[in-house]
Amino acid sequence: MRGSIRVSGSVETFPAQPPSGRRVRPRGIAALAVLCVLALVCAFGPPLCRMLGLDGESIDLARRLAPPGPHAPLGTDELGRDLLVRLLEGGRISLAVGVGGALATTLLGTLLGVWAALARGTIDALVMRIGDVLLALPLLPLLVVLAALDPGELGLPAELDSTALEVGRIVLLVALFGWPATARLVRAGTLSLESAEFVRAARALGASPMWVARRHLVPNLAGPLGVAAALAAGQAILAESVLSFLGLGIRPPAASWGNMLSHAQEVMWQAPLLALWPGLAILLAVIAWNALGDALAERADPRARRR
Amino acid sequence: MGAYLVRRGLETAASMLLVAFLLFVLVDLMPGDPLDLMLQADPRLTSADIARLKALYGLDRPLLERFGTWLSDVLRGEFGYSRLYSVPVAEILWPRLASTLLLLGTSLLFAVLAALPLGVLAALRAGSLLDRMLNVFAFFGLSVPSFWLALLAIVVFAVLLGWLPAGGEPAEPGLVPVVRHMVLPVSVLALLAFAPLFRFLRAGLREALREPFVRTARAKGAGTARVVFFHALPQATPTLVTILALQLGGLFSGALAVETVFGWLGMGRLIYEAIMGNDYHLALVAVWVGTAAVLLANLAADVLHARLDPRVRLG
Repeated sequence: MRGSIRVSGSVETFPAQPPSGRRVRPRGIAALAVLCVLALVCAFGPPLCRMLGLDGESIDLARRLAPPGPHAPLGTDELGRDLLVRLLEGGRISLAVGVGGALATTLLGTLLGVWAALARGTIDALVMRIGDVLLALPLLPLLVVLAALDPGELGLPAELDSTALEVGRIVLLVALFGWPATARLVRAGTLSLESAEFVRAARALGASPMWVARRHLVPNLAGPLGVAAALAAGQAILAESVLSFLGLGIRPPAASWGNMLSHAQEVMWQAPLLALWPGLAILLAVIAWNALGDALAERADPRARRR
Repeated sequence: MGAYLVRRGLETAASMLLVAFLLFVLVDLMPGDPLDLMLQADPRLTSADIARLKALYGLDRPLLERFGTWLSDVLRGEFGYSRLYSVPVAEILWPRLASTLLLLGTSLLFAVLAALPLGVLAALRAGSLLDRMLNVFAFFGLSVPSFWLALLAIVVFAVLLGWLPAGGEPAEPGLVPVVRHMVLPVSVLALLAFAPLFRFLRAGLREALREPFVRTARAKGAGTARVVFFHALPQATPTLVTILALQLGGLFSGALAVETVFGWLGMGRLIYEAIMGNDYHLALVAVWVGTAAVLLANLAADVLHARLDPRVRLG
């Protein structure tokens, strides 16, 4: 704390912000735009569709597997519900899982990465080795086992078992298995910054650890963290879709892109188109997150641009 | 080298033990143990009967003791009995594992065979139309949900075109029906494996091609083929082995989804059926054997990497 005012003046000359000219390339902007449009459409689409008289909830077997037409823009599903409405409602879940999974993964990864870097020694080795093993493990079989767990057995009241709880559980599972990528980046970044000259200079001039963290660590780690978070969001959406497809994620009657596909498989011979839309939606969302991650990576590491 | 291998071996053994223990605890928490099901099936059973049965099967023992018994049984190859299939676990596990290994092995082979030449081409002609198209293709492979790709393949090639079977088991014996059943699942898994391999090979080669030793080789008159295959590619090979092994976990996950969609009788489908059928004992053994196989393959890759790369051996 001593002399921190004087110190901040002199350290200010070391730019903590990247120099200008590092802009996100058009691909990144396009990815961000796609995600924003998806979020807006999924947020405001369902109420709008309801006003237009489209019904995504009540079962009407007389209208099952109806082809696309004026009353149902994408047709109806195997129970006569409007496909477009269900697609938009499923999008809410998928995007929520994506954002939630990215935040949870980044938080857990950052905490473990900083902890490993600062603790050094045994803790560092242990955390990073567990991360390495997690990266190599076949995750889906493990996720399937974990997703089949009955929350009642873990002491949670059974009546909580709603869609929100299922979303929370998937987010938790994604973070539990997804943290190593973030932790590795954060640990490497923290270690290299710890020994960087501008950090050592700030320390030597009496800057407090919090000041160093706020002024140097956070801005310099923001790039890698953004990359890891965007990629984690894509992975979370994929995990939700496959778990729901297998009947272990979001359970009907709530719609999710994954569980819509598992119903589509049952009626694939009568209505092959039903398997198209939810999958395309997943693909679009995951591609957008991955492209955003790639664009952020190029911004954070200018050398990657030449590759 | 020796110390490094011993350390990696111990780490692998510890990981396998930890995974086994965590799985055991999880399965213990699963709803509906065998006695619950017995109780449902026969309402005449009293709580005294249940207690007696628990004692008979050792279910009243503490968790650690039961885990010890289970582990020693498994390590001696005694996998117990599957309630779902009414056969010893070993009788269903090994054929299913062989079936998955056939699927994964074939897919990986095709993925490497495609990624090697295409990665070299893309690295040499970076920025060309071919390079850009391959990059988009690999990006698609990284982003597409495996089970949807499988579903789409069935819709297109089985439902709409009717060229290939939609899944299940070949009706008649012989090589041709088996191959016809393998085409779609292998194509889907090969695409999933191709994407990361291609991206790594392209990036690794481009990096190696900028190294001074490549410039030296060029200056001494080596042609492009010689530079790529004798100088740049060997530089990337040790890491490629590790990347390949790291893919196995993801590929095994992909196999679970793809086998479920195609009805391919492999390990992934076995795990899924065991979970859905409440046969947690079978699920526990199957997940653990699958995980152990992937971890052992990673260990093997590390050994190979160390043999290929002196920096690892000495460092």
